[in-house]
Amino acid sequence: MEAQCINTLETLAPCLVRGGMDPGLAQFLSIAAGVLIVSGLPLLLVIIFIWVERKIAARVQDRLGPNRVGPFGILQNIADAVKLIIKEDITPAGADRLIYTAAPIVAMLSVILIWSVVPFTPIHIGADLDIGVVYVVAIGSVGTLAIMMAGWSSNNKYALLGAFRVVAALVSYEVPMIVALLIPLMLAGTMSMQGIVEAQQGMWFVISAPIAALIFYISNMAETGRAPFDLIEAESELVAGYNIEYSGMKFGLFMASEFLHSFTVNLLFAVIFLGGWSGPFVHQVPVLGVVYLGIKSIIPYIFTIVFRSTVPRVRIDQMMAFNWKFLVPVSIVNVLLVAFVLKVVQELGLSPSPENVHDFAANLPQTAILLVTNLLMGLVTINILRNAGRRERIADQNRALRGAERDSAIVPTAIS
Amino acid sequence: MTVVNEWAFIGVSMAVAWIFPALPLVVSWIFRPRRPNAIKMATYECGVETVGDTWVQFKVQYYLNGLVFLVFDVELIFLFPWAIAYSQLDFFAFGAGLLFIFLLTDALIYAWKKNALEWQ
Amino acid sequence: MLEFNPQLIVFFLFAILTLGGALGVVTNRNLIHGAIYLIISLFGGAGLFVLLSAPFLAAVQVLVYIGAIAILIIFAVMLTRSMTSMRELYNRQWWASAVAAVLLFGMLVLGVIGPVWVTNEETSQPVSDLVATTQDLGVALVDGNQYVLPFEIASLLLTAAMIGAIVIAREDD
Repeated sequence: MEAQCINTLETLAPCLVRGGMDPGLAQFLSIAAGVLIVSGLPLLLVIIFIWVERKIAARVQDRLGPNRVGPFGILQNIADAVKLIIKEDITPAGADRLIYTAAPIVAMLSVILIWSVVPFTPIHIGADLDIGVVYVVAIGSVGTLAIMMAGWSSNNKYALLGAFRVVAALVSYEVPMIVALLIPLMLAGTMSMQGIVEAQQGMWFVISAPIAALIFYISNMAETGRAPFDLIEAESELVAGYNIEYSGMKFGLFMASEFLHSFTVNLLFAVIFLGGWSGPFVHQVPVLGVVYLGIKSIIPYIFTIVFRSTVPRVRIDQMMAFNWKFLVPVSIVNVLLVAFVLKVVQELGLSPSPENVHDFAANLPQTAILLVTNLLMGLVTINILRNAGRRERIADQNRALRGAERDSAIVPTAIS
Repeated sequence: MTVVNEWAFIGVSMAVAWIFPALPLVVSWIFRPRRPNAIKMATYECGVETVGDTWVQFKVQYYLNGLVFLVFDVELIFLFPWAIAYSQLDFFAFGAGLLFIFLLTDALIYAWKKNALEWQ
Repeated sequence: MLEFNPQLIVFFLFAILTLGGALGVVTNRNLIHGAIYLIISLFGGAGLFVLLSAPFLAAVQVLVYIGAIAILIIFAVMLTRSMTSMRELYNRQWWASAVAAVLLFGMLVLGVIGPVWVTNEETSQPVSDLVATTQDLGVALVDGNQYVLPFEIASLLLTAAMIGAIVIAREDD
């Protein structure tokens, strides 16, 4: 009995009650303990994420990266944090002091709160809300607000312009992200994060809905302001963007929230498309789920970092056009197509029944049909893009040719 | 855990999520030096003095983009319940969802044709 | 009598947030501060939805009102010239809006709170029987016998709203 009391958090409240505590207080204490773990974990992990990101980016660019403080430079970020804390903090004249201070806190808060609904193992989750996915999207949109607050309150033209531009881009990329999320919801039949992972016991959604997964991944990259969509800090145009006036720990919070957000969206990607904690023996040894989830979210995270350090930045008009003229139409067509095929599959009785949804073989027919549908759609999309690109190139060539003819017709007269 | 407990967890999280990021700010407030002067506090603008009001009039483009986003956002909210009830629906309900999305696409095509999606 | 429990405390907390935020909106001279107060007020509303066992509506409140409409309002404020500091808190129509507000409040009291208060005894079923899940909402929205027509009309209305906005907001052809 005693050992059980120490081991798991679920039994904390009953244990305290047995020890003679008021049930309400015991309940509150167990919730508070859970909250401290779930909210404290990301703050500790972010130190490691920043190190990983700096190390990988350095390797891609043929540098060493941090290597002085601690083994492999792993303590570099603690040194940096200490430096940021003892830095003088400058609030520019004419800034809106309260909003200026609240903005970095809101930025961090919007990321931390996502961790409350992430299922770490079959039994460990902060709060298994039945609207988990909408909660995540809603909290994510609060982060946009933080950028707006920072940009507006700084009383700086670069900051305001940067914030407006970024907010316009961020809200736009929310649309394909939400559309892409509809497909896992259709397949899982629930919005609870735990329910979505449960529904992937037989088959990961990345296999039955690869296009939705790709759109979700790309729009998340834009949401977190990672290259090629890092207009959030286009230093050649806006110096530093919305956080230009921030210094000291307030800037540190913005930076930390950005790095943490970048990992958090990959964590969500792992939960929604890569089966979350599911893996062999996870129901016998729940702690294994954390390991599986960690591995599954680190792999797309490393891809994000490598993308960030290898691709050039796009222009704002290209970024908006890519969203509204490519991602949104493709995601809408994808939803329609998958919805239709899924309904046909369900009517034909090929989809797994609720009893054997955890069975790999029972999922195979539906997954195969959906996968083929997605691949066909991908092929058609690529062909349409290719044809459009060819038309554009030919039009460009024709224009250049006409220009050359005109020039050659003009040149002799110009000389004479 | 019961539903009430789940939301109690979120409520406590929201309080803690304010406190945790505020902690380093408080620590920094204790330790950091304070030597402000007029030059240091001046608004940054690449070395030149800033001219005029920061809070200037912005282009309508931003508003239009926000509006298109808002319409999509509200429409997609309606599709969430539709998506999670999907396996219980018949072909009629599927058609209803289809019509809904078609009307949504209509709006997108209109905005595209009228160049509301161009970023100038 | 009212029973003193945590849910009641939370209710009053959210009620204060909602009303205080709303008061801040109407008494503030700075429109951006007004927008921030509006967000606080809307957040309080989201909390009240949670207390009413309508978590989906709470999330929608945050997603649509705080994530989209508040942003749109800030964009709109920046569209107007020098509206970040209004000099006058009242204009000449203040009494008309006061009358409208009082009438609306009276209507809400009579139309919504009144019947619920009066028939409280008869409808005191266990709450769990009355709570509908989001899944039920999804079924009801596209059911031919229930709300499929309003569902489609909502889509049509939003499309019309967007077309109207583009027509009005476009600078030139």
